[in-house]
Amino acid sequence: MTVHNLYLFDRNGVCLHYSEWHRKKQAGIPKEEEYKLMYGMLFSIRSFVSKMSPLDMKDGFLAFQTSRYKLHYYETPTGIKVVMNTDLGVGPIRDVLHHIYSALYVELVVKNPLCPLGQTVQSELFRSRLDSYVRSLPFFSARAG
Amino acid sequence: MAIFSVYVVNKAGGLIYQLDSYAPRSEAEKTFSYPLDLLLKLHDERVLVAFGQRDGIRVGHAVLAINGVDVNGRYTADGKEVLEYLGNPGNYPVSIRFGRPRLTSNEKLMLASMFHSLFAIGSQLSPEQGSSGIEMLETDTFKLHCFQTLTGIKFVVLADPRQAGIDSLLRKIYEIYSDFALKNPFYSLEMPIRCELFDQNLKLALEVAEKAGTFGPGS
Repeated sequence: MTVHNLYLFDRNGVCLHYSEWHRKKQAGIPKEEEYKLMYGMLFSIRSFVSKMSPLDMKDGFLAFQTSRYKLHYYETPTGIKVVMNTDLGVGPIRDVLHHIYSALYVELVVKNPLCPLGQTVQSELFRSRLDSYVRSLPFFSARAG
Repeated sequence: MAIFSVYVVNKAGGLIYQLDSYAPRSEAEKTFSYPLDLLLKLHDERVLVAFGQRDGIRVGHAVLAINGVDVNGRYTADGKEVLEYLGNPGNYPVSIRFGRPRLTSNEKLMLASMFHSLFAIGSQLSPEQGSSGIEMLETDTFKLHCFQTLTGIKFVVLADPRQAGIDSLLRKIYEIYSDFALKNPFYSLEMPIRCELFDQNLKLALEVAEKAGTFGPGS
């Protein structure tokens, strides 16, 4: 089991943070374009899912998988979106994504007066804590990153 | 346990077949007196609740019937405009039924081609080599399963999140498509499927899948 990469978006579609661990293929477009494409896809999936749903939804879109990877999605009521790509063996990880939001983003970025909101996170502390948290996850593989 | 609907999308992203097999009812009927304490608005030719969630009526629900008369879009079946009718104090008390808006065939076409592009983007953004597009999409109310054949046709099944055996059902639908649509001399490729035998066998397969939860090996 592995974690490929992680995106953090705010409600306007700004990519607040991106980090990758075991990523074997790049999208072949500049990173800025990739963030836009990812956000656009999630935005469309959200509206697609809310139209398709036969019942009223509570959490909405949770995850999708292809033949090679699985994308996990978590959105807060304020529109912060946490997206993690893992391999197929990983089950529901809503609590992990929620932890990244509540214990890392809120504590280290929102409560940090030196971090302006709505911009890419510059905080080195957030970066390193996030990295060590993801590396400590049970489904993060021991293989060299 | 249920299978909600089936979509078949051709390689260009056009919807060539759609079947709603089971639609769970989420409707609420209530009698109101004059000033209506819900805010209704017109959206996409439908009257939707914009504000005032209560008693099972949720924001985004559409007006489905007024005093037992069905509503089609912004007009009732007997030709009255909904918002105008509900704005007139003389018509109260009035009983209104609310529920999730049904998808129109136009919306289904749009959603099918939307999925076609999401499928492609899903494979482009892959962090691993050689990924397919979206095969399974999970939400809290349903799971969408997609199977793309080598010729580019996509079979999409919407089912309850707990329903098992959808992968074999998708292959079964492919088999039914090959047997009863492709082998039908009156069927032209990439065009909407209007074949009676395809319909019948698909419905049968859905019934079997729903009951068993799974097909046995080799079927």
